[in-house]
Amino acid sequence: MDNHQEHDKQHITPYSLYVLIWVALISLTSITVTVAGISLGNYTLAVALFIAAVKSALVINIFMHIKFDQPIFKVFLLLSALTLLVIFILTFFDFTYR
Amino acid sequence: MANGTIAANGKTFYEEGTTKAKTGLTAWIFSTDHKRIGLMYLSAISIFFSAAVIIALLMRLELIAPGKTIMEPQTYNSLFTLHGVIMIFLFIIPGIPAVFGNFFLPLQIGAKDVSFPRLNLLSFWIYIIGAFLVLLSLALPGGPIDTGWTFYIPYSVRSGTNISLAIFAAFVLGFSSILTGLNFITTVHRLRAPGMSWFKMPLFVWATYATAWIQIIATPVIGITILLVIIERFFGVGIFDPALGGDPILYQHLFWIYSHPAVYIMILPAMGVVSEIIPTFARRTIFGYRAIAMSSLAIAFVGYLVWAHHMFTSGISDAARIIFSLLTFIVALPSGVKVFNWVATMYKGSIDPKPPFLWVMSFIVLFSIGGLTGLVLGSLATDIHLHDTYFVVAHFHYVMFGGTGTIFFAALYYWFPKMFGRLYNTKLANIGVALFFIAFNLLYFPKFILGYMGMPRRYYDYLSEFTSLQLISTIGSWVMAIALIIVIGNIVHGIFRGPKSTSNPWGGVTLEWHTSSPPPLENFHEIPTVTHEPYDFSQLEEMKNE
Repeated sequence: MDNHQEHDKQHITPYSLYVLIWVALISLTSITVTVAGISLGNYTLAVALFIAAVKSALVINIFMHIKFDQPIFKVFLLLSALTLLVIFILTFFDFTYR
Repeated sequence: MANGTIAANGKTFYEEGTTKAKTGLTAWIFSTDHKRIGLMYLSAISIFFSAAVIIALLMRLELIAPGKTIMEPQTYNSLFTLHGVIMIFLFIIPGIPAVFGNFFLPLQIGAKDVSFPRLNLLSFWIYIIGAFLVLLSLALPGGPIDTGWTFYIPYSVRSGTNISLAIFAAFVLGFSSILTGLNFITTVHRLRAPGMSWFKMPLFVWATYATAWIQIIATPVIGITILLVIIERFFGVGIFDPALGGDPILYQHLFWIYSHPAVYIMILPAMGVVSEIIPTFARRTIFGYRAIAMSSLAIAFVGYLVWAHHMFTSGISDAARIIFSLLTFIVALPSGVKVFNWVATMYKGSIDPKPPFLWVMSFIVLFSIGGLTGLVLGSLATDIHLHDTYFVVAHFHYVMFGGTGTIFFAALYYWFPKMFGRLYNTKLANIGVALFFIAFNLLYFPKFILGYMGMPRRYYDYLSEFTSLQLISTIGSWVMAIALIIVIGNIVHGIFRGPKSTSNPWGGVTLEWHTSSPPPLENFHEIPTVTHEPYDFSQLEEMKNE
């Protein structure tokens, strides 16, 4: 069985980092809103999804502490993200060629 | 193996609970003991199953002859919807994981309980609240829903019945499913007994583990979809309804992204039970242990990638149809791996055809018919002819009722002595299986032919040339009712009046058979140390001394 002694060592994140991430999230949101006003054709969705992915990466890693936790949680999250990605790709085989 | 037969004080989990109250209702409904929770699920699920069976009998009676027989068309619409909603969301999705997963997963890995016992109780309560909401949606003005269990847009946005409440019930039930899945995954990762490495876990644990992953990853999708439908109904936001600028096919995508993996939530644990029963009654280690374990994970993963085969005639692109048809054929492979390994396990085994084994045999036949007709529906050309006909109804009843339903009874008959410390009547049990098998084919096989001839599903009325096959099917439903009364009556009688059972009547070797029947509160007198492969029958001799 796994031994989880190291669990007691809590990682402490400075408040400044939280504020920084918050500012980054706000700026990325404003970029999304701005880009929505520009006609990029087929790329509109791709750009919006890319920015959303960056935002969730920030939230998951820093706010949810996954960056400082055991690797097994990263594996679980990656697996879920991979499933989501595959679902997106398969759905687009319909929407793109309909 | 460590001594696991006698609890510290010799009391079973029926005599000693986790609550202050020793007996009565509160000792059950507030109990965090995984075994009591499993039994509470069993009682609740049995009630819902019986209700849905009665609804089905009424529907079959209506269809005995063309034209109106006993009910109005609108009643019929509500009944087939209710039958689907109850059977899917209240019986077959929670069925095996919530009842037998709860009861036997900790026992099989040598744990005292699940990782989060309180969360476990919470998920039972959420299940009850969800079920209550379903019942409430029947009673409120507006009337019972009439959309079919798939709640397809645009009708589900426009129907005046209590759609919002009923689908909100499905939303709530989803949380129960997610919490159970979360609990099982954590339990398997953290609470295995010393010596129980991943590849020494019983295959039911592997199957339940794979299922738990689907419960966690797929269920949120239906939750979000349901919220979107509710938003659309209340605020008129055009997400799915084409009249408001929405995309109805997007709804079908989102619905099936959950509901197809949900099919595997239903069948995977059943496959796990089969992998337990066959070695025990063939007295032989399972053939291809790793292949079966890995095929569970493969089914769980590939099961995500085939959802649009429900939508071949809905207007999705040709590229998508070809890809999803191919993927559908691929998902048949791991199921095939399992079936061949089960059959190979019996080869040169010393087979003892006790009732649980007979249930499994009937499963293999019914599930194979269900699986192979699935390939007919997975092929684009044939699906266009058969889509939305009785052929589909027959196919999924063979897979779901002939597959999961049959194995639900198999599991009940297999683990019954462990759960209740008693035995049922074996002769009556054999009659029950045989009658069930005959009734099943009488009830559902004509539907394959009817579907091929063009009888659409969910129709209240039909052309006169379908009369004789519809009549055979209805007669089958009556035989099925008799079979179910025998099967369930035998169990109920066994619980209260059955003769006492020994702790290991079948000669099983997985850990649940190493403890007393019924098990003590924390399952084992001392946590066992695992030294054998899961289906190593050479340990039977040692077990006699335990």
